[in-house]
Amino acid sequence: MRKSKQSRKPISISKDKYLWPYLLVAPALITICCIVLIPAVKALVMSLQNYDLRYSPKDIHFIGLDNYRAVLGDEFFWNSVWRTLIMVVLCVSLQFLLGFALAVLLNRNFRGRGVLRAVSMIPWVVPGVLVGLIWRWMYDGNYGVINDILVKLGIFQHYYGFLAQPDSALLSVILTYVWQGIPFFTLMILAALQSVPHELYEAAAIDGANGAQKLMRVTIPAIKNSVTVSLMLRVIWVANSVDVIFNMTEGGPAYATQTLAVYIYQKAKAMNLGYSSTLAVLLMVILMCVAIPYMIYSFRTEEDL
Amino acid sequence: MKSTSKKRAGGILAGILIALFMVLLIFPFYWIFITSVKPESELYGAVVTYWPHHITFQAYRELFESFNFIKYMKNSLIVAVVTTCTTLVLALLAAYAFCRFRFPGRKFLMGLFLCNNMFPTVLLLIPLYAIMRQWGVLYTPTALILAYTTFTLPFCVWLLNGYIKDTPVSLEEAAQIDGCNRYQAFMKVFLPIMKPCLVATGVYIFMQAWNEYTYASLLSNADSRTITVALKTLIGQLGVQWDMLTAGGIISVVPVCIMFFFAQKRLIEGLTAGAVKG
Repeated sequence: MRKSKQSRKPISISKDKYLWPYLLVAPALITICCIVLIPAVKALVMSLQNYDLRYSPKDIHFIGLDNYRAVLGDEFFWNSVWRTLIMVVLCVSLQFLLGFALAVLLNRNFRGRGVLRAVSMIPWVVPGVLVGLIWRWMYDGNYGVINDILVKLGIFQHYYGFLAQPDSALLSVILTYVWQGIPFFTLMILAALQSVPHELYEAAAIDGANGAQKLMRVTIPAIKNSVTVSLMLRVIWVANSVDVIFNMTEGGPAYATQTLAVYIYQKAKAMNLGYSSTLAVLLMVILMCVAIPYMIYSFRTEEDL
Repeated sequence: MKSTSKKRAGGILAGILIALFMVLLIFPFYWIFITSVKPESELYGAVVTYWPHHITFQAYRELFESFNFIKYMKNSLIVAVVTTCTTLVLALLAAYAFCRFRFPGRKFLMGLFLCNNMFPTVLLLIPLYAIMRQWGVLYTPTALILAYTTFTLPFCVWLLNGYIKDTPVSLEEAAQIDGCNRYQAFMKVFLPIMKPCLVATGVYIFMQAWNEYTYASLLSNADSRTITVALKTLIGQLGVQWDMLTAGGIISVVPVCIMFFFAQKRLIEGLTAGAVKG
């Protein structure tokens, strides 16, 4: 939204036209109810059942909080939560720092900037499966190009199975996510940087501000909101992501890359839908801690509609 | 005050850093392309070659002749096109109502669409699987179209909201003063103005549907499999057929890349608008 507040009255509303907006929203709303809200409620219900597709339907019944009790005593659950946490923190902070750096670099006037901006978006356009697979191939312990480069540079003596060793697998996956996520941050931060009015910098320069002061007093306050939104969206997105990890390591080796989302996916694939629903509900509760502040924030900024 | 030489040094440094970033971001694509045209002997040879000594398109041919890749492409295309069309219509109507009308419950409904963006994929995956089984649509394209709409629809309502808010209402008002009714104003004035934004949104939806893996892997079978799932099946018990896999990867990203480059300007505007205005 530009500076115009658009507080103008919308086109005159007479009583009989009151129905129109509801009719227009109805198709989308009904769709969302059928495919999002009802399934979400069903997930809650299933988490209270011994829902397993290997059983016959008549054996499926409510078992109270048994699933939740089982999950809380499940070592795999706690380990996967821990891994998810490490992954989210490392991924999002590295994505942010590198994305910020690239945005600052691209926020200069030079020829071909538009092209570079578009090109730098490519990792974002590519399917997650392919991202996982490309990196799996590049990390390969026998024929991988990363090994070759590291050995040629003399950093490594021998080829190393990055994804085959539990010690390095999670970190390797994290770096892949960082690569995939840089463009998103670059995009958001670049747009924010470009929205800062030039006069502010000129005024700061007249007042004798140096580079660091300009950064602290002008740039950061101006892009704070956009950065916060991007960070929250990314946290949710990374925590939910299955495709990249699953196609790199399938959660292995020795569960080293089994994040909570991957664990849920594996349990669902194993047809244990009740248990995986329970895990999914818990993931959602954890993510709510991030999402609710985001929603409150978005609502506030929507105030001036 | 900075001297010009210092400024120039800064420019050169920035140029080097940008180049480094670009190499980092682009190299993996170069690498899949190179891998896809290397003959097998070179792929699994003792030396990693950065430029293939022999170029072969054997993997591409095999992909279409023995792997039936065209079928998976067709599946992906059907799902992506139908998802794009339905989402676009539903989202446009809803976003139009949100931006051009004021009505009780508007805020609540907008909030509903907004918070749908927050739903974890994996939370919906499980009940959707069970529900689609009950409805008998499991393993059909319909299952995937419905599943993809769960995330494309809320997002596009939000995206289109942003576009419509920035489109002045005055033209439609003028048309109505000139004797158009609201329907005519919508069709003859609003839609033509919105066309570039609709194209950008459509490209976004298409990309999401084309690229999706998690739902597709659970809700499709050998017949209704999409490209992303098919690629994964090239990882077999006997190891990975990297040449075919990368060839398939190249084929699958080319269409979305082309679409993205045509729509990128508008799309980037739309995606960043929400964040910037804060």
